[in-house]
Amino acid sequence: MDGSIMPTRMLLDIEDLTVRFVTREATVHAVNGVNLQVQAGEVLCILGESGSGKSVTLRALMRLLPAGRTRIEGRITLDGQDVLSLDRKRLQAMRGGLVSMIFQEPMTALDPVYTVGAQIIETVRQHRGGSQRDARARALELFELVKIPSPERRLDAYPHELSGGLRQRAMIAMALSCAPKLLLADEPTTALDATVQIQVLILLRRLQREMGMGTIFVTHDLGVASEIADRIAVMYAGRIVEEGPVADILNNPKHPYTQGLMASTVHAQDRQADIAAIPGSPPDLRRLPAGCSFRPRCAAALAACRERVPTPVFPAANHMARCFRVAAEMGEGA
Amino acid sequence: MLVLILRRLAYAAPIALGVSLVCFSLVYLAPGDPLQAVMPADVTPDMVEMIRHEYGFDKPIPVQYALWLWRAVQGDFGLSIGSRRPVIVDVLGSLQNTLLLTSFAVPIAFVIGYTLGAIAGCFPGRWLDRTVTGFAVMGVSVPNYWLGIVMVIAFAVELSWLPATGMGPRGSDAFSIFSLGDLRYLVMPVFTLSMVPVGIIARSTRAAVAEIRGQDFVITLRAKGLSETAVIRHVLKNALPQVLAVMGLQFGYLMGGSILIETVFTWPGSGFLLAKAIINRDIPVLQGAILLLSLVFVATNLVVDLLQSAIDPRIRRA
Repeated sequence: MDGSIMPTRMLLDIEDLTVRFVTREATVHAVNGVNLQVQAGEVLCILGESGSGKSVTLRALMRLLPAGRTRIEGRITLDGQDVLSLDRKRLQAMRGGLVSMIFQEPMTALDPVYTVGAQIIETVRQHRGGSQRDARARALELFELVKIPSPERRLDAYPHELSGGLRQRAMIAMALSCAPKLLLADEPTTALDATVQIQVLILLRRLQREMGMGTIFVTHDLGVASEIADRIAVMYAGRIVEEGPVADILNNPKHPYTQGLMASTVHAQDRQADIAAIPGSPPDLRRLPAGCSFRPRCAAALAACRERVPTPVFPAANHMARCFRVAAEMGEGA
Repeated sequence: MLVLILRRLAYAAPIALGVSLVCFSLVYLAPGDPLQAVMPADVTPDMVEMIRHEYGFDKPIPVQYALWLWRAVQGDFGLSIGSRRPVIVDVLGSLQNTLLLTSFAVPIAFVIGYTLGAIAGCFPGRWLDRTVTGFAVMGVSVPNYWLGIVMVIAFAVELSWLPATGMGPRGSDAFSIFSLGDLRYLVMPVFTLSMVPVGIIARSTRAAVAEIRGQDFVITLRAKGLSETAVIRHVLKNALPQVLAVMGLQFGYLMGGSILIETVFTWPGSGFLLAKAIINRDIPVLQGAILLLSLVFVATNLVVDLLQSAIDPRIRRA
């Protein structure tokens, strides 16, 4: 393709993914042609505000969206398997085995009437079989791995008996129970206290490196992304508007939306200075504007932005932006 | 667990006391003089005074209540005006007969209702759901005495498969659940009695299952690769506490006896007894029956509470 993709075999390859939610009243265009690759052992951060389609992309890739009213198009290849055409048996083997997911809110994401230990044991036995005793030993091992204090006792605790941080650790233990090749983390630190956030983030980064998992980390928090990511993909209105190595994106953002995100983040600015917010609000996904979705909020918009969706351009190696302004500047520079 | 039981018992005590107060005041709430029923027509004023004194009606009302309660906790509710037997004998006998019906009807209703409700809840809006919901509405709304009569006509009169009424040729005292011949007498009353609870349990199960299937943790269950059957097992366990609460209420209602059904099948249960006592203005029987029934209700709620907290530990803290 465009030379941006490394020639090695990808762990995950998403091609032109489109997700629409169809109801009688309206069609919501949640994801509109997303291309993503993740290599084994690599951490990709998807950055974007609420409703930009980041969670939907993750859920589509595990086929967790409600079947009846969801239309998924495109191609998802995970470890050589075509995810969208897997039969039920293979899909179940894939979920939790090859790829697993950590959710934002561990309180509601764990079953309240089973102990956390039972929920991990269940997962282990689903994928690896074996006796209750072996699975429990594995669960204990996992609890030690995620640094839960008094792990033996905590296995028999119900989710509501644990603190938020411990719950999320238990959730991580469950996700890692069958050593997945790809870990999907859907804002795993958003619901936690600030101090706990950092602990969980450090834990995740350590585990990711030790286990060599490919990881997609969804967040709206630039700080989190800069801590953990190898690469960042910025999503807006169901499209990836900019993507590149973490240093490039943070230091040299090209797309006006990414630049706006950086400007609207609290750094060590002067206290008196107002934080620069991006004017306007994200578009209604039921009625996307023609052309670039960011155009109505963009100070740098060109005439072409109104007519067509910008095609990807590469201002630097492995650094992609979908923006006519960036393309024009590159033309001037050349 | 023991602490929990003791605490729930402590909650139940004031309820039981309140009920006893209401039962006691029945004597004064009912129109007419409570002694009218027992006195001969040609009674002299002196005799009235004597009888009043004899029965303790000349004492202040709080003292009367205390005396009545003291005897009641010892199981002494006096003599039935109708049968001249101790009230406690009549009430316990009839409660036992109703318990026989209820202890078959409620588990049957639970199994059928829970299964139907679970199926409906898993396919909300689909034809299976509509069929089950329709059946449940029918179960609740068809008058069960009518159903009872139709069944008597069909299975007893026309087909002669089942006995029409009563508790067997040897009478209610000799009834044994180990005798197949006796059990035949249970079939129609139990079936008729379970129709309403089947409908109610099916509907509440459906609602609970449909609600819980929409919760976040169900996505986690799928995301970790569980089969749809395993997911439904999780959902059903989560739905169970809500459904048990409904089932407990139904058990309580049925223990009060269905006057109509027990009349249709001439089943000498608590509904039958209450109906008779009301017609005869048999206040001692009413007092004893209502007090014991309320205690059964309170006890049922206690059992449901404990079952619920065994399934869902979050309830223990409440």
